[in-house]
Amino acid sequence: MIVGHLLKNGLTRPILITLLILIAAAVLVPVANLALPPSNPFHVSSFMVALTGKYLTYALLALALDLVWGFCGILSLGHGAFFALGGYAMGMYLMRQIGSRGVYGNPVLPDFMVFLNWKELPWYWYGFDQFWFAFVMIMLVPGLLAFVFGWFAFRSRVTGVYLSIITQAMTYALLLAFFRNDMGFGGNNGLTDFKDILGFSVQADGTRGALFAASALALALGVWLTAAITSSKFGKLMIAVRDAESRTRFLGYRPEMVKLFAFTLSAVMAGIAGALYVPQVGIINPGEFAPANSIEVVVWTAVGGRGTIIGPIVGALLVNAGKSWFTGVLPEFWLFALGGLFVAVTLFLPKGIVGTIAHGWKARRLLIKSREEQKAREISEEQAETEAAVEAAQ
Amino acid sequence: MTERRRNSILYLDGVSVAFDGFKAINNLSLVLDKGEMRAIIGPNGAGKTTMMDIVTGKTRPDEGEVYFDGMVDLTRHDEADIANMGIGRKFQKPTVFEGHTVEDNVALALAGSRGVFSTLFYRSTSAGEGRIREILDIIRLSHLRGETAANLSHGQKQWLEIGMLLAQDPKLLLVDEPVAGMTDAETEETARLLREIATDHSVIVVEHDMDFVRELGVKVTCLHEGSVLSEGSIDHVSADPKVVEVYLGR
Repeated sequence: MIVGHLLKNGLTRPILITLLILIAAAVLVPVANLALPPSNPFHVSSFMVALTGKYLTYALLALALDLVWGFCGILSLGHGAFFALGGYAMGMYLMRQIGSRGVYGNPVLPDFMVFLNWKELPWYWYGFDQFWFAFVMIMLVPGLLAFVFGWFAFRSRVTGVYLSIITQAMTYALLLAFFRNDMGFGGNNGLTDFKDILGFSVQADGTRGALFAASALALALGVWLTAAITSSKFGKLMIAVRDAESRTRFLGYRPEMVKLFAFTLSAVMAGIAGALYVPQVGIINPGEFAPANSIEVVVWTAVGGRGTIIGPIVGALLVNAGKSWFTGVLPEFWLFALGGLFVAVTLFLPKGIVGTIAHGWKARRLLIKSREEQKAREISEEQAETEAAVEAAQ
Repeated sequence: MTERRRNSILYLDGVSVAFDGFKAINNLSLVLDKGEMRAIIGPNGAGKTTMMDIVTGKTRPDEGEVYFDGMVDLTRHDEADIANMGIGRKFQKPTVFEGHTVEDNVALALAGSRGVFSTLFYRSTSAGEGRIREILDIIRLSHLRGETAANLSHGQKQWLEIGMLLAQDPKLLLVDEPVAGMTDAETEETARLLREIATDHSVIVVEHDMDFVRELGVKVTCLHEGSVLSEGSIDHVSADPKVVEVYLGR
């Protein structure tokens, strides 16, 4: 019941509209792909379903970053690591589903292990043949890493740019570790050649549609949860920690605990995003841990508007759509465009797209209100004048 | 001496702290009785703010004893613990949560559980709402309850911070330069407010403004170079030749 109260609390009109759009997309896009013939103008190609499905997982990752950066002031430059860990957990499940259909036909060992002459499955691969186990690990592994990392960093009062640097170091360290063949995660090739998910072929249009719908619904759930949390008293406390951390201590709060909760929850969200990303793109490799990836997430969030819930989603969708278009037209210049975009947003739109629109909207409403008040005052003054004139005439 | 400690709300004995060899506090001893209001004066660098940092757990003393309420050794606790035990602090530079409304600022300070999950599932109560209204009335900000704190004037921020102190309902209030940057009328109003608060709280006020200290009409301690230079009524202290030399004469 208390959870119900919390969830009901966050449902403002913009959030409700966002949820409805996402749920509608979850239904309509797969239907438009599967039920309509390619000649129909409303047909969505399988390519577009996979591409937009991927964008939705990016949007969930950006939302996760926004929860810690926009609302709690923790600029994580390593959120890609949690995304990649969730992705690897899903990848391990998908590898185990291949079974004896691999190139070497080993029923237990994935191809790369056979290739490396491994005789048995490493202990940390146990259980990943079960979906429920992989599902738990998708949330547990990123969450646990974030909890341990945050526990030490926040308790030692590491803040600001120092924290950003160590989050960056964390993802870089994981990048190097996952590149190594003897880690048992496929080295620089990563995990790929997936066949089935829950018994359905990952290549089939129906599965792709279902994965798209799952991504849209996961994003909707993320939006709802973030809205509920940020509108609770805890959300106000997060903003207080962001704006004046030491002041909250003197009110008796423990900002390190506030940050730890937000950081861990955010890592779990990022892990789920990564897990939905992997079956849609068909591969996970150590490149996902690259520091540049994490920085790109920061750019999406900044462009859309940090500290808003819809902003990071808009930012992730727009920037990635731009990236897909740009890399098609002028592939060499994409990184310059991305860098330029970040500089431009920082200089001209510090609140981001959604933040600026929301601000303008609020200012407009205030203006209209003050004009109405002015008019009401003028009318009442006029009335008073005419009344006085009437009295004088009498 | 232990008898003296037991009856005190705040007890500092032989406290010293040095930063890079500079003794900010040097063998400072100070006792505040329960329910007492005390004004602390002293030139810049006398150690007034450092003393508050020590009491609120921000700075650990190198040596000396710091006791709260006669029993609690404050050197063993951190800021959040000390705040929850009942020591509230208003900073020299008014520090409110600029992004929040006036009402939310007071609501965050309001006494209650401080844990992650209790704030996550917190539901406002009518008693809490009533208390917030009461405090907003006391600090004369009722008409601005929905205003973002960033839009308040300097004096209003000072008042809001005093309101947040009240909402915490501490046993001991440490108030650092409450009237800095205020108009005369606001200063007078603040003195009235502090006297009112002092009727059922122990208060330490750090202030430069001698007229304001005189208006408070309480015992005064003058600090200089990290220790007590003179103590007594405002007339006694301001007539003390040592005080005149280091502070008032300049």
